[in-house]
Amino acid sequence: MTQASLGESVVQKAIKNEKQVQAQNNGVAANITQTQPLWLLAEITYRCPLHCAFCYNPTDYDKHTHNELSTEQWIQALRDARKLGAIQLGISGGEPLLRDDIEEIVVEAHKLGYYSNLITSGVGLTEKRIQAFKEGGLDHIQLSMHDITEEINNFITNTKTFELKKKVAAMIKSHGYPMVLNVVIHRYNIGHMREILEMADALGADYIELANTQYYGWSLVNRNQLMPLKEQVDEAEKITNEFREKFGSKMKIFFVVPDYFSNRPKKCMNGWGEVFMIVTANGDVLPCHSARVLPGLEFPNVRENGLEWAWKESPAFNKYRGDDWMKEPCRTCPEKENDLGGCRCQAFLLSGDAESADPVCSLSPNHYLIEKAIEDSKNPVLASQPIIFRTDKNSKKYASGESTERIEEFHALP
Amino acid sequence: MENNIQHSDIYALAHHHRFQWEEAQQSYVILFPEGMVKLHGGAGEVIKRVNGKASVADIVADLKAAFPEAEGIEADIIGMFEMAVGKAWLRKIN
Ligand code: SF4
Ligand code: SF4
Repeated sequence: MTQASLGESVVQKAIKNEKQVQAQNNGVAANITQTQPLWLLAEITYRCPLHCAFCYNPTDYDKHTHNELSTEQWIQALRDARKLGAIQLGISGGEPLLRDDIEEIVVEAHKLGYYSNLITSGVGLTEKRIQAFKEGGLDHIQLSMHDITEEINNFITNTKTFELKKKVAAMIKSHGYPMVLNVVIHRYNIGHMREILEMADALGADYIELANTQYYGWSLVNRNQLMPLKEQVDEAEKITNEFREKFGSKMKIFFVVPDYFSNRPKKCMNGWGEVFMIVTANGDVLPCHSARVLPGLEFPNVRENGLEWAWKESPAFNKYRGDDWMKEPCRTCPEKENDLGGCRCQAFLLSGDAESADPVCSLSPNHYLIEKAIEDSKNPVLASQPIIFRTDKNSKKYASGESTERIEEFHALP
Repeated sequence: MENNIQHSDIYALAHHHRFQWEEAQQSYVILFPEGMVKLHGGAGEVIKRVNGKASVADIVADLKAAFPEAEGIEADIIGMFEMAVGKAWLRKIN
């Protein structure tokens, strides 16, 4: 699925800046946590009819497509997470609509008092299903869009889905749902920002997230093919601001800044084990989507221990809570509470040291890796290599070790 | 954006927003697509009374009656309305 949920930015913005709104206890509680998982992300299946070049799902996702949790197990997970304090529920994937029990899950989520969100490519959404979702109490649907042009949409998803997306958008609107669009931004569509925002307006979007590609999973494999130029990102942000001005609160626009082009890393997932709890298709419980790349960590699974143990007690969730784990330059850095040293997965994937500062940070001794990646993406020879699309076949090759194409330089399978 | 709150104004929660008490957090929250805010006791008490019928003046009066010991809360209440309208958590009915 698409990346960097809006929630991250909103939780931060809404909670940090307001006097009247209670501050979150971010980054303080080490080991014994008073934090609560406000957000439950259910990566309900890794199966997907699309093959997006930027998909952040793990490249070896194929091995988790045969051992999915049952409906009952999901319902139990929903109940347990709710008891721990989860309020927002994101049902994502893969393409969640490939499961035929989303209707049941939605009903249960509503009963439990979740504010629930279906994150979908739109493939598989029918009148009958959307009606059932509405009646069952699903609160909103986030639709991924790719471009205004049929060519780019179909190219980047490696499917013919352009017309369908437009139809689905209309269906979402006609059922009284807010229109929440997510567009992942990369080299192939960054030149179309104006048109994309105009399209969003024409579709009646209430919210649009422009998520610059972050390099995990398949997007890391395709980094040289996807990364835009810094100048293009600046231009895109400028256009976004113009539209913000024009639309005011009618259409809320979120622009997720690409961390490769900033000097400081993002506060990944709003802090490890602080706000987000992810349950994957096979029941693994993770503090972030790509946490399984990290070495020496055993992640809890809902089939073995409950979610309460996973959140509060499990060594994996406590490992990078707070800042006790940090080394220099983060340990004594005055900015450490702002970003908590950035992303552990990115640090490990790129540098081989999970406890080092995120290489995105200009103070990191590994920052040269980011500079090199930016240079590589401008290298015409590297950039013209074909995209490796997210397909079951490619995933099987990575999972079995048959292929290491374009992943040799990384310290784990992205 | 300046939001001029009048005592006669009537507000309701914005579309697609939900306000509820959260036992686990011991606080009120506003939920909306892709986001949520936890409200302080005081802020929660204000939003709780926003129902599309009561005017700002009604809510001020009601809160003054409910919290007689709180001094000068009127300015805080108006401030809360300003913020909530600015954030588009509330929509104006009248
Ligand atoms: S292939 Fe595309 S639609 Fe499918 S999960 Fe990945 S990003 Fe989402
Ligand atoms: S050195 Fe570490 S804590 Fe300081 S800004 Fe960089 S990543 Fe953040």
